[in-house]
Formats: sequence, C-alpha cells, structure tokens
Amino acid sequence: MNQSIIDYTLHLADNALIIAQRNSEWCGHGPVLEQDIAITNISLDLIGQARSLYQYAAELINSNNASEGEATEDTLAYLRDARAFKNCLLTEQPNGDWAQTILRQFFFSTYQYLLYQQSQQSTDATLAAIAEKSLKEVTYHLRWSSEWVIRLGDGTEESRNRMLNAIDELWMYTGEMFIPVEYESDVAAEGIGVDVTSLKDQWDQRVNEIFAEATLPVPSAGAWSQTGGKEGIHTEHLGYILAELQFMQRAYPNSEW
Amino acid sequence: MSTHQHINSSTDKIWSVLEEVTDPEVPVLSVIDLGVIRDVKLNTTPNGEENIEVVITPTYSGCPAMDVIRMNIRMVLLQHGYKNVQITTVLSPAWTTDWMTETGKQKLKDYGIAPPNLKQQVCNTQLFAEDEAVQCPHCGSYNTRRISEFGSTACKAQYQCNACHEPFDYFKCH
Repeated sequence: MNQSIIDYTLHLADNALIIAQRNSEWCGHGPVLEQDIAITNISLDLIGQARSLYQYAAELINSNNASEGEATEDTLAYLRDARAFKNCLLTEQPNGDWAQTILRQFFFSTYQYLLYQQSQQSTDATLAAIAEKSLKEVTYHLRWSSEWVIRLGDGTEESRNRMLNAIDELWMYTGEMFIPVEYESDVAAEGIGVDVTSLKDQWDQRVNEIFAEATLPVPSAGAWSQTGGKEGIHTEHLGYILAELQFMQRAYPNSEW
Repeated sequence: MSTHQHINSSTDKIWSVLEEVTDPEVPVLSVIDLGVIRDVKLNTTPNGEENIEVVITPTYSGCPAMDVIRMNIRMVLLQHGYKNVQITTVLSPAWTTDWMTETGKQKLKDYGIAPPNLKQQVCNTQLFAEDEAVQCPHCGSYNTRRISEFGSTACKAQYQCNACHEPFDYFKCH
C-alpha cells in the first residue's frame, strides 16, 4: 500500500514537472510578449506544484526505507531515469506550434482541474492540501487555454488548420489519463487517490463545450489510445527532455547555485 | 535589550518585528500585509529551551519569493535577538487575497498596483466569468481592460486604463 501512495504521488508530480518543462521551452520564444509571460507563469505554477508533491514523495520514501539513501525533491526530479518517470504521455509531447502547445495545455488543465477538485477530499491530508492550493492556479490555466482554443479554432483558416492538426497529433494521448494503472486503483480504493475513470465524462463534456464554441470537430468516442507513460513506458521524447532537464546534476553532481 | 526579555515577551512583539519583513517582489508590502503569516507560537523544546515557530503559507505554489521571505523572517528575528526560530509552511487553508490587510491594499494602490477586489464579490473558479471592474490606480477610472491574466509575477495580471491609457498591474483576486 505504501508503495502505491509513493508511485501515485510521483505520477502527479511527474505530470506537473514534465509539462512545465515543455512549456518553459517557450521562454523568450512566445508569439507575443504577454503570451510568453503567460505560458512561463503556467510553468512556474506547475513547477511549484511538482515541488510540493516531490517533497511529500521524498518524505514517504524516507520513512518507508531509510537504507537506500535519502530522497529529496531534487534527487527525484534530477536523478531518476526515464523508466522511473510516471507522467502521462500527453505531457511529454513536443510543443510543435502554438496551437499544439495550447491544445496540450487545454487537455491537461481540464483533467488536472477535475482531478484536484476531487483530490481535495482525499483522506491523505497532504494530498488534499496540495490539491486545494493548486486548484486555484489551475483555474487560470484552464480559462486561459480554453480561450485560446476558441480563438484559434474559430479564427482564421490558418489558425483553424493548425488546431485541426494539433487534434490529430494529440488526441491519441488523451485516453491514457482516464485508464487507471495498478497504483491508481490501489489509492482510489483507499480514498487517498482519485478514481480517474470517474473524471472522463466531465472531461468529455468540457472538451465538447469548448470545441463547439471553437467550431472544432470532436474525434469519435472510443478512438484508440496510446498508454504506458504511467508505468514508465514513454514515447521517444521523454529521454530528450530529461537530457536537458537533468544535464547539470548529471555532469556536475551535487552542484548548487 | 536582553534575549531573555524577548523570549518571555508575548507573541505581539514578534508580530510587530515581522512588520519589517517585506515581499521582495512587491517591497511596499510587509509579509503581514500580504497575509502569509498564519501564526506565531512560542514552544518549549524537550530540553527546556523556548523556540519561536512562525507558520507561513505560500501565495502561489511556485512563487520564488517564498524562499527569500523565509530567509528574511529568520534574519530579522535574529537581529532582534530571537535565537531559536522555526519556520513551518502550511498549504491549507489555501492563501487568498482576502487575507491582505486594508493598509496593504492602500500601500499597493499608492505604489501604482491595483489592489485585489474582494473575493466574495468577484472571484470565482468558473470559466468565462465576467471581467472584474478593476480601478486604475493612476486616475481612478473603472473603464479599464484586461490585457492578460498573467503578469510580471504569479500574483499579478496586466491591465490598461481606457481613460488615461496607462498600463498597470492588478494584484489579482485569488
């Protein structure tokens, strides 16, 4: 049971860290200054959430097994290999163009919003507190990304085509968020974690609403989903993300500044 | 002033010392104006020493000012002779701009940042809620528009006044 809480907490933390790292690649490259600032602010919120979750995971790991050397938020972020990362495949997908980044954020924020709403009732007081805190921030992310989906989908021919392309690129990675793996089922049964299958209908509803306003087609229900990320089986992209994210600590162990 | 005297003094004194600690990103605000100090406790350790516990809560999860604030709280208390200082972080209940003091709001306005509106009146987690009427801190007009919900720091949004045309930061209701 203990291992399931650790894996679940790491899964939530990895989701937040990896999409934050992706978004931060826009720093200095955003389409306009205000939106460059927006996407990097979203990164900052998510890195903050990841830190709270990694700190808690480290605490759980250390109380579980002291012999393996002390875990910290830094060792968990910087010194695990790709197979140990449990983020959903969606979060590691490349930024592509602005439309693809927006759509990835919209899909993820919708999921995170619903997840944190329920996590506030977790029987684990720390996970409930992190959810309560994070939900306020995710509300901004969801509002911002929804507005952009509408603006681009119902915009010019060019922006619309880019959104259609983004849907083709990303839709196959959305189903994974609602297909629980073993540690998720374990913690859901204990009231510690969220039963992600229960979020699917609300997620579909929100996506349908926003896509309708954006005049975008919703891919047919039951489309095939790529899975594996939650259990460490990633797309080819994660290794490159970690190569950049972890470079300093790998090249200069224990460096500080 | 001896340390002994301080340790026996009430927590009121510590609260007044904490007024000296400011937000590094919005230096007109003290940590008390900001509402991040949740409690000040005097504890006795098992070996009989007294220690001061300052309980704080972050504004936003990723706010980089929090590390500096933590360090500055410790420094200011040390300067005043308080030796055993422990700083505890709590996440729940989550920080809200409603905890900002009225003095703090006035200071923000004088500094050129629009203070947060009251949460109960305007702030909600709904999508596409009506835009808040934010008053321009320069000319006082409510005829303003939001440029972006995200600004120079996590806690601010970018606005522009349609009356005097000045851009300004709004400390957003949270």
